[in-house]
Amino acid sequence: MTAALMLWRALPVLILAALWETAARTGLVSEHALPALSSIFAALGGLSAGDLYYHTARSVGRGLIAIVAAIPFGVAAGILIAWYLPVRVLLNPLLQCLYPMPKVALIPLTIIWLGIGDVSKITLIFVGALVPIVMAAFNGARGVDRTLLWTARSLGASEVRLLWEVVLPAALPEILNGIRTAIALAFILIVAGELVIANDGIGHMINMWGEAGHYPGMFAGVIVISAVGFAADRAWVALSAWLTAWRQ
Amino acid sequence: MSAPATAVPGAGAAAPGTGISISRVGYEYRPPRGRPVLALENISLDIKDREFVALLGPSGCGKSTLLYLIGGFMPLQQGSISVNGRIVTAPGPDRGIVFQSFALFPWKTVIQNILYGLEKRGLPREECRRRAQHYIDLVHLRGFEDSYPSQLSGGMKQRVAIARTLATEPGTLLMDEPFGALDSQTRTIMQDELLSIWRRSPMTVIFVTHDVREAVLLADRVAVMTARPGRIKALVDTRFSGAADSAEVVRSREYADAVDHLWTLVREEAVAAGAGGRP
Ligand SMILES: Nc1ncnc2c1ncn2[C@@H]1O[C@H](COP(=O)(O)OP(=O)(O)OP(=O)(O)O)[C@@H](O)[C@H]1O
Ligand SMILES: [Mg+2]
Repeated sequence: MTAALMLWRALPVLILAALWETAARTGLVSEHALPALSSIFAALGGLSAGDLYYHTARSVGRGLIAIVAAIPFGVAAGILIAWYLPVRVLLNPLLQCLYPMPKVALIPLTIIWLGIGDVSKITLIFVGALVPIVMAAFNGARGVDRTLLWTARSLGASEVRLLWEVVLPAALPEILNGIRTAIALAFILIVAGELVIANDGIGHMINMWGEAGHYPGMFAGVIVISAVGFAADRAWVALSAWLTAWRQ
Repeated sequence: MSAPATAVPGAGAAAPGTGISISRVGYEYRPPRGRPVLALENISLDIKDREFVALLGPSGCGKSTLLYLIGGFMPLQQGSISVNGRIVTAPGPDRGIVFQSFALFPWKTVIQNILYGLEKRGLPREECRRRAQHYIDLVHLRGFEDSYPSQLSGGMKQRVAIARTLATEPGTLLMDEPFGALDSQTRTIMQDELLSIWRRSPMTVIFVTHDVREAVLLADRVAVMTARPGRIKALVDTRFSGAADSAEVVRSREYADAVDHLWTLVREEAVAAGAGGRP
């Protein structure tokens, strides 16, 4: 990508930043409601790099553990639900209940059950991430072209092999999309969990500065976690494209 | 309304335990929504070991359905099918199939698609590679070993599907319009390849086609099906004495006559299918 093209793509963001800066500087909006971008970046620069790195790492670490755990469980559950009627009968009602439930509503419950430490936070993210992955794997597995399944069977594939060698790769594009949704959801749940109660993490920082009235710092936290979320999403999209390069 | 068959009496009788025996097979599709569709009705057909039978019939008459049932992909509802003395209940590597829609694994390259079936056979790696390459060459796809199906034309995909099935050297070959996506030159080449493979190997072939000339050229016998629900309308013997190469066959009088005769039979059914007001 040429520099000119990158500039062109970034243009809307730059315009927004300029508007933001002028609005705050000219006093069009109060400094409390919307601190000037420059003061947010100043606050960002004022944070010790070690602190920032530590809190970001804590937040990302929680999300990462939860997602990495949710992927194999979610994919296996989705495919088995699609494939075996007894599994569907058993798990589908659970999934139907979990799907529309706002996972943040579970925060008090996870705290009561699992305490205020990492376990309750990771569990919450895990549950939230699981649902879109199961759904995607289920839909992907159901949509497999029957002649692909028949071909594999007639070439001598056993049922287990069929799931591994045909259903999984055929469902892969859909599964990768489901994981992308799960990642976005994980970021929501990371911050929500940390906002409620935590000793560290970006959500915790945002909370502290907000309560202390240090708004540029608060916004700095928002910007950091958004940037990390953006980077994670781009990275996942790139990985997905690489994994499904056979599509064109 | 079974028209008089031109077949020699008893020509279809298979020795017990060999060939394909289809007896009073019916099949009705029952979609979860919408009306059931009777696709096949009372189909009986005996195919001898190593015989090459072509299946002709108007679109939607149930040709693919019949192949799926012989392949064991769908449970039989009525009648019975046995292949080499074994009742068909499930798919198996003894029956290779080339699907009308190619059914290539899109995440596998050309050579990986072909290797898939070979590796299931438990052949040594080197032997698998050698055979896969042999069949890639046979369908004129050398140089495309590492292409993905999405990078191939329709005709090329079709040839990969043919190579994948031939490579496992099944005793029974079920082909669903396998040359439908090919241009006429490639088609002629592939017809000759298929015939020479078939002559060299002990293989029973059921070959679905829309092309009357192709059916007559390739097959020992041609089964004409009626418009839906599909039944066997006629069985026509198309094995010409002493014909060695296909260029010679197509110039013969017998060939022209058989094509004419079959054309008439097929046209009647195509008209019936059109007038039937299919959904
Ligand atoms: N999955 C299905 N559900 C419902 N009806 C079906 C299904 N598949 C096929 N049919 C019906 O069964 C009939 C026979 O279909 P089939 O695919 O066997 O025809 P065909 O002879 O192979 O046609 P063509 O030459 O166009 O490939 C068709 O009329 C079709 O409407
Ligand atoms: Mg068909």
